[in-house]
Amino acid sequence: MPKVTIDDITIEVPAGTTILEAARQIGVNVPPAMCYYSKLKGSGGKCRVCLVKVTKGSDKDPRPMPKLVASCRTTVMDGMEVRNVTSPEVIEARRGVVEFLLVNHPLDCPICDQAGECHLQDLSYDHGLSKSRYDFERRTFERIDIGDKIQLHMNRCILCYRCTQVAEQLTPERKHGVLYRGEVSEISTFIATAVDNEFSGNMIDVCPVGALTDKTFRFKSRVWFTKPMYAHRNCPTCSGKVALWYQGEEVLRVTSRKDKWGESEGFICNECRFDKKNTSDWTIEGPAPVDRHSVISQNHYELPYELPVNQKKLSN
Amino acid sequence: MQSLTNRSKVVSNKHLSLAERLYLPAIFGGLRITFKHMFKKKATISYPEEQRDHGRLYRGQHVLKRDEQGRENCTACGLCAVACPAEAITMVAGERKKGEEHLYREEKYAIEYNINMLRCIFCGLCEEACPKDAIYLTDRIAESNYQRGQFIFTKDKLVEGIDKSDRIDVSDRRKAVRKGAM
Repeated sequence: MPKVTIDDITIEVPAGTTILEAARQIGVNVPPAMCYYSKLKGSGGKCRVCLVKVTKGSDKDPRPMPKLVASCRTTVMDGMEVRNVTSPEVIEARRGVVEFLLVNHPLDCPICDQAGECHLQDLSYDHGLSKSRYDFERRTFERIDIGDKIQLHMNRCILCYRCTQVAEQLTPERKHGVLYRGEVSEISTFIATAVDNEFSGNMIDVCPVGALTDKTFRFKSRVWFTKPMYAHRNCPTCSGKVALWYQGEEVLRVTSRKDKWGESEGFICNECRFDKKNTSDWTIEGPAPVDRHSVISQNHYELPYELPVNQKKLSN
Repeated sequence: MQSLTNRSKVVSNKHLSLAERLYLPAIFGGLRITFKHMFKKKATISYPEEQRDHGRLYRGQHVLKRDEQGRENCTACGLCAVACPAEAITMVAGERKKGEEHLYREEKYAIEYNINMLRCIFCGLCEEACPKDAIYLTDRIAESNYQRGQFIFTKDKLVEGIDKSDRIDVSDRRKAVRKGAM
């Protein structure tokens, strides 16, 4: 098995693993990913935020790679040495990429329903500039309804292609794709046909920004006022394992469960997502783990786990 | 145990002298103090006829600002509510309808915006959190009331008037918030 060293931490991974996946196995200083999605085949290589520097190609050929490489698409070689956060060049390049991603992004976070769980928001906080150097008008589009449950804000889209891959790989027939090329490209359905496949709602979950949002949750609340709970039900079409987002006693929205990297643990069907919004439809498992530094855990003073003292009392 | 401050007095059970047992010297001593205070400057003022001066950056009752064209700045993003350490702010967001463009600046606006003045500690974190230049504390003093319910200030008390004369000047506080000097 090839050994790879990322930021001076060595790990052994199966052949064919990408640098990004190896970094995720190490678990610290993982390159960010806006377009790569481990559950979608062929994703990655588009957004360029996961750029890393390969200072030593392999044991056989120790020459460094001439340019920064996209870690989501580059497989590891035995003896490869990679620099991510320890290389100023990588940080500088990533900052440039973020600036490019934000060239046309409207930064309407106070309105956007994704704010608080938006990957682009986190990324620009970590790497971005507070000011744009772009003098020209941002491209603007009209809001589009994809079906009656999904809202497309093309203004916010960063063209990661994840949603089209969901449409391709999860549903038998693809109904939407990317039209045009380059700066003018946009996501669209075939002449605004509704996407009514039973798994179409998953494009909301895979969207790293607020371009595709749940229309039933539109402007209902802010993410940090809601509390995620894990729940399941017997669903004939999907796994039925979801996260319910509560505000008080009310379920405001249903999403799939997200793992550490912000990816769905299992895709869910539209019936679970849009139609089952009563607590009585679900078996509640408990609060979903939320990162302590996430804005979602703001003002939630209760503990997500039992205190050791109480556990002891319970066992007695 | 030895006291930490050395300010405690040791209580004794000694017998009182005749003068002390009469109590009159102590009573007259007390009256003298009371009488002396009648000639001192009063600590209170007759509010609201008289008002005290306060600093330029006084933090009093909130205002929800409108922009130059009279549209409400607030877009109900909820950042003030999450920043509020006393959890005094609540809001309900709504979507702007066609024809309301002259009332609200963005496509989302606050249908309801309540500040519980009994909870508010006038810290000013809400104005620091606001990304839309919408909420400011002003030098107005929040009015008092006899009913608890009246202390929940709704939009009709918080939003400033559309007319230029009804606008509330917050330029000093705006400058202070932007500089980060509170």
